[in-house]
Amino acid sequence: MKTAVIVFPGSNCDQDMYYAIKDGLGEEVDYVWHAETSLDGYDAIMIPGGFSYGDYLRSGAIARFAGIMPAVIEAANQGKPVLGVCNGFQILLEAGLLPGAMLKNKHLKFICDMVNLKVENNQTQFTKLYDKNEIIGIPIAHGEGNYFCDDATLKELQDNNRIVFTYSGENPNGSRADIAGIINPAGNVLGMMPHPERAADALLGSADGLRLFQSILNHWRESTHAAYTS
Amino acid sequence: MPLTHLEPSPDQIEQDKVYRTMGLTEEEYQKVKKLLGRKPNYTETGLFSVMWSEHCSYKTSKPVLKYFPTTGEHVLQGPGEGAGIVDIGDGQAVVFKIESHNHPSAIEPYQGAATGVGGIIRDVFSMGARPVALLDSLRFGNLDNSRVRYLFEEVVSGIAGYGNCIGIPTVGGELQFDPCYNGNPLVNAMCVGIMNHEDIQVGQARGIGNTVMYVGASTGRDGINGATFASEEISEKSDEKRSAVQVGDPFMEKLLVEACLELTKHEALVGIQDMGAAGLVSSASEMAAKAGVGIHMNLDLIPQRETEMTPYEMMLSESQERMLIVIKKGSEEEIKAIFARWGLHAVAVGEVIEEEVLRLEHKGKIVADVPSDSLASAPVRHMPSKVPASYLANQSASAWIPEITNFEKTIKKLLAQPTHASKEWVTRQYDYMVQTNTVVAPGSDAAVVRVRGTNKGLAMTTDCNAKYLALDPNVGGKIAVAEASRNIICSGGVPLAITDCLNFGSPENPEVFWQIDESVKGMAKACDVLKTPVISGNVSLYNETDRGAIDPTPVVGMVGLVENLDHVMTAPFKNEGDAVYVIGQANPEFGGSALQILMDGEVSGKAPVLDLELEKNRQGLVLKAIKSGYLASAHDISEGGLALAIAESLFGTEFGCDLHFNSDPAVELFAETQSRYLVTVPEASKSAFESLIEDAVLVGKVTRSEKINLDFEASTVTLNRTELENEWRGALSCIMSAKN
Repeated sequence: MKTAVIVFPGSNCDQDMYYAIKDGLGEEVDYVWHAETSLDGYDAIMIPGGFSYGDYLRSGAIARFAGIMPAVIEAANQGKPVLGVCNGFQILLEAGLLPGAMLKNKHLKFICDMVNLKVENNQTQFTKLYDKNEIIGIPIAHGEGNYFCDDATLKELQDNNRIVFTYSGENPNGSRADIAGIINPAGNVLGMMPHPERAADALLGSADGLRLFQSILNHWRESTHAAYTS
Repeated sequence: MPLTHLEPSPDQIEQDKVYRTMGLTEEEYQKVKKLLGRKPNYTETGLFSVMWSEHCSYKTSKPVLKYFPTTGEHVLQGPGEGAGIVDIGDGQAVVFKIESHNHPSAIEPYQGAATGVGGIIRDVFSMGARPVALLDSLRFGNLDNSRVRYLFEEVVSGIAGYGNCIGIPTVGGELQFDPCYNGNPLVNAMCVGIMNHEDIQVGQARGIGNTVMYVGASTGRDGINGATFASEEISEKSDEKRSAVQVGDPFMEKLLVEACLELTKHEALVGIQDMGAAGLVSSASEMAAKAGVGIHMNLDLIPQRETEMTPYEMMLSESQERMLIVIKKGSEEEIKAIFARWGLHAVAVGEVIEEEVLRLEHKGKIVADVPSDSLASAPVRHMPSKVPASYLANQSASAWIPEITNFEKTIKKLLAQPTHASKEWVTRQYDYMVQTNTVVAPGSDAAVVRVRGTNKGLAMTTDCNAKYLALDPNVGGKIAVAEASRNIICSGGVPLAITDCLNFGSPENPEVFWQIDESVKGMAKACDVLKTPVISGNVSLYNETDRGAIDPTPVVGMVGLVENLDHVMTAPFKNEGDAVYVIGQANPEFGGSALQILMDGEVSGKAPVLDLELEKNRQGLVLKAIKSGYLASAHDISEGGLALAIAESLFGTEFGCDLHFNSDPAVELFAETQSRYLVTVPEASKSAFESLIEDAVLVGKVTRSEKINLDFEASTVTLNRTELENEWRGALSCIMSAKN
């Protein structure tokens, strides 16, 4: 599996994502510069965290206009896995690949902490290796992670099992329905505020995030194998 | 039109003594006249006034700084460049420095703190290193004061805003509160970077004919005279100097880091330096002086964000996120391309010339022409020194002995003091995990950051207990170094070197100068014995308000090498049944202690004794015990004594302990005798540990319980971990949420 990590000016978790895939997962990975226009040849697309373009406007509002974004949308439409973490999630919202918007955290302060997440849906290509309702430890680090959507969208997300992760225990940012991560209807675009790439090495406190990347890899292997044999 | 016609003429400057308002003394002005052989014009007077300020020149502290040992087996670069460099093996090196941003933070706390972080990051990457960690040593006044709460909240937000955005983890530091910092907070930021030896850069303008380029953000009118402002006492009028405070843009700096690290791999790069304090004038004159050459610069080419800027304004501006580089002539286009990829300016603004002058051209005229080394060599001031009467009185005072009626209440009160309470309210606002190398997060004795691609780590800490220095600056200075070293040891690291930030009051007060002199002597002695040379640092004087000078606060930033990540050690107790040992006997030493401050509201008497040979010996033994795998936990016994060390080792765990002592409870629990440790040892390692550290005293064992039982001959102190932890964890956030 060959993975692209998109680098915007101001991305700062790009290396963390890169090493989680290279060292944690042991798969091939490249940085792809925001001004590129093609993602041909990549099997999975990662939009890392950080402060793209400084996030002086709304988080992710400028990144969605970057040269690479049409290729990201194309990859999503082709059914390739697209994972947006933190600022990457915000960018996916701004780009319209996922519904809703981010507000400032309820206490208006940046929060960095290890939190417990509940795996609400383990039937996605990102979460197959987790148990349903399993509690996993994944860090958060954000100032605008208070997910908001209207009632109709929330119902749509709930009815279609599109809420993949929720905060378990205290909700750190005030997000609607304790939402920490959601997926698109096709099940190949996941946006989440917590950082699985920061939980890919037990030395740093948790390796619970590694199974998310392993799930993507397993799914890719199964689907490419299926493609060869069909 | 620039408003240069409004500037006073050289004659007017002399007649009206304009130089005085710009910060030059009478003698210094005369010296400038002599150096130039004529009267300086307005721009030149400005150049000298900032470059000869204490902040840029260290003219007052220089005679004292020479006490510091600055070389050592592993030191690759000592003081004098952007930051110091120490070898860590495998062709890699660690780069670090600490710097103050006290005065700006007193006036505009968010930007003052943010730009302090930005400045120290530039110092580190200008050496060619990738910044991997930040630490912040902070001091504020009493949190009952609403202005202090505002300063505290905004400083923390400023640090978070800058560090989080740029993506460098803030992994440690310290935070203390004392009324002496009311109105004059201390904001000291430290940055640590990692690099390969072959990438080491210097801030030198070598090679006649080479091109001087300006890179990064454009120049505005912000921060003009910031360095001069930092060299005065803070007063009611300081608010008028708000324009001397700069505004930070961490996004710009993130781009600058990446572009400059690409640049440092390019063979055309000759020299690189941050435009920090005193902006263009300091970077240009220092780079020229260090290489024994001159620089001719055309100010019309400087990227400007405001119109009609005068040469004076451009040269003295402290706009952030700018660097000056010298490159081989002819490679301008390649260098521009590197910066263009990151959307940044790289503009050729001058060239290296043989004549050793800084020559500035503006609108076709030469507007300044001064010897380059003259700006970098302010006349050294030898200040008078006087032993304060308060020191003599404290030395001869009879010993302070506490009378404690309720130990439980006393411990709870101590834990709820903002200085000793949990710092989570602060550290949760800092991204301490980005870069995914943080092995030991904030809250332990020292933070540990992995060196990626190796099995090594860097332990780092900042320390200074100003209360000991207030009683005895010499001993207190020694203790600051020793405690930093102890913290590195307790994390499993070998102490490598220190950086220091010397925060004091006005050196023009002979008693303050005596404090500076004695503190540095004490620190230097400890650095000698503990083999931790000083590789970089910063001096911040004039930390005074109308209430007087701050306590002497020379902050020590230390970095150690964890040779194998298996050696990483932390304070929390790990296993039920582990044996608890105390290393080092407590003596009735309460001068400057947390207990004394709690009970008296002020400090008196003698600071604790420090025997440096004992300190060194014991540090070696404890590190050996850690490396041998004998210990499950290690914590140094410092402020608040054994009582706080026990509590801190239990918080966040599911454990309690049963401990027995044959000593006086007040002394055992609260004395701040130095060179002591609290460690736990699994049963299997007890005998090996006891034969290694013969004077370790077995005091009991770790239990799986909320109960903390402390048995003394005549009494028993029983505590509940959850109750203590609630006091400790909630104190700071409670104060900050209740009073806003």
